[in-house]
Amino acid sequence: MTKSELIEAVSAKVTNFSRKDIEVIVDTLFDSMSASLSKGDKVEIRGFGSFKIKARDGRQGRNPKSGENIFIESKKVPFFKAGKEIRERINNSK
Amino acid sequence: MTKADIVEIVFEKVGFSKKDVGHVIEEIFEVVKNTLEQGEKVKISGFGNFTIRQKRARRGRNPQTGTEITIDQRRVMTFKASQLLKKAINSSQAPQQPSA
Repeated sequence: MTKSELIEAVSAKVTNFSRKDIEVIVDTLFDSMSASLSKGDKVEIRGFGSFKIKARDGRQGRNPKSGENIFIESKKVPFFKAGKEIRERINNSK
Repeated sequence: MTKADIVEIVFEKVGFSKKDVGHVIEEIFEVVKNTLEQGEKVKISGFGNFTIRQKRARRGRNPQTGTEITIDQRRVMTFKASQLLKKAINSSQAPQQPSA
């Protein structure tokens, strides 16, 4: 399912909003989550899961192609942990 | 940030009632969950992909007691952030100073 298919599916269920409105809501939803994570905040959606940022230290690495030593800068990476409800749901329907 | 904060942000942007916005947001997550439940992945361009992976049964150990146990086969949900999201997370290097 892609984002436009998601918008389609939600539009079919929520009839008092136009497809365009749903699109704006879906976009704003994911944009606000990105913005929050970019600030380093975590995002917690009850029943779905939580997103947080972990910091990775810089380290000495090697270019696997040329064998050259390079320094890999420290960076932040996003992590997701599925919530209890979704964990149970994906295992009970098979 | 919780669902309530998201409702607030969306509400400020679109101006519908908070109750309606809350309802739509619930419905969005519900559709995503239903899709994943059916084993189908959900791709949100600019944000990331949610996929279901099948894990085989394996032998494990209770880390507290040390007893050997069998971990049943199961399905797990994983998230892979898009390049765009990874970039956004790293572009704001210094933490924002709280404005007085």
